[in-house]
Amino acid sequence: MHMDRLARMKFPIPKEEFIHPGHTGCPGCGVALAMRYALKALGKKTIMVIPPGCAGVISGTFPFSAMKIPVLKVAFETTAICASGVRATLEMMEKKDVNVLAWGGDGATFDIGLQALSGAAERNDDIIYVCYDNEAYMNTGIQRSSATPQGAWTTTTPDSKNVPKKDIVQIMAAHKIPYIATASVGYPMDLIKKIKKAKDTSGTRFILIFTPCPTGWRYSPELTIRMAKLATETGIFPLYEIENGERYCLNRARSKRPLEEYISLQGRFRNLDEQGLQQIKERVKNNWEYLIRMTGEA
Amino acid sequence: MKNVISSNQAVSYAVVSAKPQVIAAYPITPQSSVIEMIANFCDRGDLLAKFIPVESEHSAMAACIGASATGARVFTATSSQGLALMHELLHYASGLRLPIVMANVNRALAAPFNIKADLSDSLSQRDTGWIQFYCETGQEVFDTIIQAYQIAEQLLLPVMVNYEGFILSHTYEVVDIPKQEQIDSFLPLPPQRHCLDVEDPFVMGQTTDLYINFRYKLYQAMEAAAIVCKNVDTKFQRNFDRGYELIQPYYCDKAEIILVTAGTIAGTCRVVSDRYRKRGLNVGVLRIRLFRPFPKDQICQVLEGVKKVAVIDRDFSPGCGGIIAQEVKSALQGLRAHIPVYEYIIGLGGQDVTDDMIETIITRINNTKESEGCTWIGLLG
Repeated sequence: MHMDRLARMKFPIPKEEFIHPGHTGCPGCGVALAMRYALKALGKKTIMVIPPGCAGVISGTFPFSAMKIPVLKVAFETTAICASGVRATLEMMEKKDVNVLAWGGDGATFDIGLQALSGAAERNDDIIYVCYDNEAYMNTGIQRSSATPQGAWTTTTPDSKNVPKKDIVQIMAAHKIPYIATASVGYPMDLIKKIKKAKDTSGTRFILIFTPCPTGWRYSPELTIRMAKLATETGIFPLYEIENGERYCLNRARSKRPLEEYISLQGRFRNLDEQGLQQIKERVKNNWEYLIRMTGEA
Repeated sequence: MKNVISSNQAVSYAVVSAKPQVIAAYPITPQSSVIEMIANFCDRGDLLAKFIPVESEHSAMAACIGASATGARVFTATSSQGLALMHELLHYASGLRLPIVMANVNRALAAPFNIKADLSDSLSQRDTGWIQFYCETGQEVFDTIIQAYQIAEQLLLPVMVNYEGFILSHTYEVVDIPKQEQIDSFLPLPPQRHCLDVEDPFVMGQTTDLYINFRYKLYQAMEAAAIVCKNVDTKFQRNFDRGYELIQPYYCDKAEIILVTAGTIAGTCRVVSDRYRKRGLNVGVLRIRLFRPFPKDQICQVLEGVKKVAVIDRDFSPGCGGIIAQEVKSALQGLRAHIPVYEYIIGLGGQDVTDDMIETIITRINNTKESEGCTWIGLLG
């Protein structure tokens, strides 16, 4: 009966794979999952631009490669603009059906690559920029980035980070680009839907994908999906879309799950005190109310 | 057709003639008018290229890297601080073996702030794997941009064409711009190379333990570059009745002293050379046009047998002295006889280099048997 139900299900995730098995990501890596889903959504005619970071490792070391699509490995802070360069050539060669996918981590996006990303967004360059967000410099050994949440331990915040995570989505929204979305490996259908929507839109498209990291967040690798779902259910990582910087759409109602469920599973929050927890809760609440207001539903 | 134009204008006309498909640039004095003109050419349709007005020089080079990796002929121009900001990506461009052509208008590096001519900006990029030319006239600037594309595409190496800020960039001279058909026959469409292509996927610029092998390939390409530059110049001479060689000796046969320099200072040195020859002292001048790869053998051939060599640098490496002087001294190691090399730092930050200053140098050389070390000419106050 169970098998029968599976067979009848119209599984919307495309079957074709664009990452070979045996890649070099850590067990339970959220980034590898995100790459796999995103490439399934975009298909073969995609050129990817990857800076140093976890994705750079996952894609393999020469002469081996995990990738079935062309990839340009670029300098850390140039992901967006290198993608713009790739697009410029494709435009001159009239290859309009090729997707250009810039794929940077939170360090490459929130921190060192923000200037080039802002430049590309201001010019509305025709690229899809995905930021895979694992909330720290994981590949170099768990150093804090401006995406690291308040209260989290990293190797450069030996106690815990004492300022909140930068709101990159609002920064991108201020550029009034055609399409922005947050997505999560906890919700693959939603993620694929958003990548496909980005594919069918032109101009600068920005997608922030939540990619939990067992290595850096100090949780057991089999909990990655649970961690991703909990982040959305507790409201700390809401899933939403913004069109032209103005039209907001919340994709998932926030359940009443307490933030502690998410926090307590992760070793990185071990030094978070009650005061810090209340501050985060307050911010999550305010952000949620802000998003509701922006959708016009309040 | 003969035009009275500045070297900046010569660059923009050369770019139109070379027909790159993607141009990314950021304005900086004294380069700005290059990209203003190119933006206009693209806007008017005189040049069918995508012009990306980037938010920094770092992004200008990054955009060129992305575009070139996808197969386009590309161009950018910069100067001084902009070139310094690009530094990281200069290594990327040569490491990925991308035939990018860039014009660099030589300008002093801050601090203190100064926007005038000084070769330290590009000479200090000597280890980035770029072929480097230093020009003396507007015509040479135009012609070298055209040559640069052919050299870059043959070797899969990036080429930097350097010329001095204001002295060349903003000075109007007669420059002959050949007919487009002549340029097209000299510089056809670029040959196919291995680029990002969805039909032939591969990862470009991957992490690898074979790094040393990739560097060896880059070394080999640079070793071959001097011959390619020479051949391209020879072909250019055949097509356009003018050429520049890799180095330009002037009355160096039987010279007792040879002044070695780069860029526009060479012209002043030639005037002084003529004056001294009339007075009975043979002073030769050797202008170095190609700096990377450094044409050691050709330079040794010219300098062999001369009594004294003076290198006149409009640049300076703190703790070492003139940059060209270091290169010349290193090249002369290949010769049996010891030739004293006198080192002069001159004209930094666009200070005028006058014939009197060159005469001062020659007097000093005449009065001393061995080099006095790094000597500064033209200090004020």
